Amino acid sequence: MIPLSYYLVLSAILFACGVAGFLIKRNIITIFMSIELMLNAVNLTFVAFAADLRMLSGHVFVFFVMVVAAAEAAVGLAIIIAVFRTRETLNVDRVNLLKL
Amino acid sequence: MSLHLWIIPLLPLTGAAINGLLGKRFPKAVVNAIALGSTASAFAYALYVAVQFMGLPADQVPHIERYATWMTAGSFTAEFGIYLDQLSLVMLLIVTGVGFLIHVYSVGYMEHEGGYYRFFAYLNIFMFFMLTLVLANNYLLMFVGWEGVGLASYLLIGFWFLKDSAANAGKKAFITNRVGDFAFLIALFLLIKHFGSLQYETVFKALTAYPVEASAGLLTAIGLLMMVGASGKSAQIPLYVWLPDAMEGPTPVSALIHAATMVTAGVYMVARSNAVFNRAPIALAVVAVIGTLTAIFAASIGMVQTDIKKVLAYSTISQLGFMFMGCGVAAYGAGIFHLMTHAFFKALLFLSAGAIIHGLGGQQDMRHMGGLRKYMPYTFWCMTIATFTIAGFPPLAAFFSKDEILWKDWSSGNHVIWLIGLIAATMTSFYIFRLWFMTFFGEYRGTTPEDSNHGHESDDAHGGRGHGTPHESPMVMIIPLMILAVLSLAGGWVGMPAALGGSDRFDHFLDPVFHSTAEAVPGAETAALAAEGHTEHEQTSTELLFMLISVGAAAIGFLGAWFLYYKRTDLPAKIVQGAGGLYTFVLDKYKVDEFYGAAVIRPIVLASTNILWKGIDATLIDGAVNESAAGTQDISDGVRRMQSGNIRSYAGWVAFGAAVVIAFMVWKGVR
Repeated sequence: MIPLSYYLVLSAILFACGVAGFLIKRNIITIFMSIELMLNAVNLTFVAFAADLRMLSGHVFVFFVMVVAAAEAAVGLAIIIAVFRTRETLNVDRVNLLKL
Repeated sequence: MSLHLWIIPLLPLTGAAINGLLGKRFPKAVVNAIALGSTASAFAYALYVAVQFMGLPADQVPHIERYATWMTAGSFTAEFGIYLDQLSLVMLLIVTGVGFLIHVYSVGYMEHEGGYYRFFAYLNIFMFFMLTLVLANNYLLMFVGWEGVGLASYLLIGFWFLKDSAANAGKKAFITNRVGDFAFLIALFLLIKHFGSLQYETVFKALTAYPVEASAGLLTAIGLLMMVGASGKSAQIPLYVWLPDAMEGPTPVSALIHAATMVTAGVYMVARSNAVFNRAPIALAVVAVIGTLTAIFAASIGMVQTDIKKVLAYSTISQLGFMFMGCGVAAYGAGIFHLMTHAFFKALLFLSAGAIIHGLGGQQDMRHMGGLRKYMPYTFWCMTIATFTIAGFPPLAAFFSKDEILWKDWSSGNHVIWLIGLIAATMTSFYIFRLWFMTFFGEYRGTTPEDSNHGHESDDAHGGRGHGTPHESPMVMIIPLMILAVLSLAGGWVGMPAALGGSDRFDHFLDPVFHSTAEAVPGAETAALAAEGHTEHEQTSTELLFMLISVGAAAIGFLGAWFLYYKRTDLPAKIVQGAGGLYTFVLDKYKVDEFYGAAVIRPIVLASTNILWKGIDATLIDGAVNESAAGTQDISDGVRRMQSGNIRSYAGWVAFGAAVVIAFMVWKGVR
């Protein structure tokens, strides 16, 4: 059996990748994907602990996260399309109409 | 039985409220009706109260009415209540009666003035506070009236506030009074601390347990502090300097506030606190000494002044000194008697002076008067009665009161005080006849109608308007003069001494106030009673002798003034030449103002400017506020850069924060 720490380290690496992508990238789609990556890193942690501790609540939580993530993806992509239609760009730095 | 005494002070307050808030739109007749109506009804009610009071059985005097509790703090309570005894009844009648007459007079005097409604609102509010002062049944409520009359006095002195000198005189009066008020307050604190109350009856009852203090002690301290308070309000040395300046106000104000009523508040307070003073001989002696010094000091200044109102102002200070002279030898009855006659004749003097100033278009300098006898006959005769009264000729009012004070001074063994008082009385006679001769006799020295009223002193009633020859005042001003003249003439007869076949009624009327507390203390009335050890006959003849001496003093003053200012009008100038520096020194009021300016005011101004203003206020307080504002701005300037509007930099901060938290948890150990 693969030890728990392996899962956790993998999850941490995935999460760090997500954070890094979120901070570095300018394309909204990429940023969006980075967020999904972070969510799934967390999911992985949940599942690992759930399997390790033999408790169902971890699995249940993963489903919650997936549902929320799906909803978020739907809304987020809709917003991205709307932004693209009006601004004709996906660069977040140029979506700054509300900035002083 | 309740007499509903609260109505009396409330009437003028209502008048003041209506006139003060709405009077601007009223025609003069309505303002008059409100102001005079409220004062007249207060006077009428006071008369009714007086009649009722006479009918009260002796055990119901003092008549005390309680209306509400004002404040409670621990065991200390102050209440709204009224204390009516013989003393406050006399004060009540003087204040409402003289006050009403002066209201009537003001209608004529202030006719051409701006701020007519304001003037009457102030006068009414003065009446309210003065009545509060004399009717209160505890020291705290009295203090409310005490401060209130100070306020009214300030407002009225500065009535022509566009004039710098008037505004400054108002400030001077107020600030000088504050010094005295502070001492009075400390006296009240001492009373609270040691008696736990400021109610008259509680304090006076508690005091009966105290023996006469042979050396300085608590009661001496309270008495001295009260006297400082009284010397502020009643213009005694060392706090008298505000009263001469207060003549900047309209003349009716000078008559009502700065002669007849307000300035006597100090005398009233001392007489009211006789229970304290009777047990503190040192404080009582100080009262007598201050009164005596003030009497002669102010009289000597009055002898050389040329402004008619200034002469009367110094005369007022001097006469107040006489009152304290009486109170200072525990002859409170004599002091209050003189207070009453003084209210009559000094109001009359001031109002007559006002009529003269009015008739001359604002001229106040006696050197530009003269010969007015034929221009204003009514004023002349009223003034003549007042003049002979204050000089102390029998059978006019002040003869009895002043003579009683001098006699009590002598018979209580204070011969030096008596002598100085006699000299002061001679001076009084001299300066008042000097005023009389300079004003009414000889030739008119004023300017001709065309160029009149360009004089530098034309700052009263009619300042700035053209004015013809001197004229008599309207009847509305003359009638109050006549009534006051009758009072000055006959007002003293109520106190006709036994030696002249009278029965000393006034003194006996006031006796319960001053002796109810004194009887418990055998030594307290030594003063008044010492002389009664002699045989009745011997005393009567001595008293008669002293009356003759008093009349003689008055006659000397009269003859001196007659010789110098009627017979040989060239002499005064020569005497001035001869006296040289001394004359100017006295004319400059002994340079007291300059001395106070250098010794008190200048250091305070310097300290306030350099330490309090530039040091504490500008550097410390403003510095702290400004520095904290600037510091906040600096910090914000730096922190502002975090708020870039760039999403990824925010996310970076979030990540950074999370990293810090995690690092912290790892370092401390998760559990």
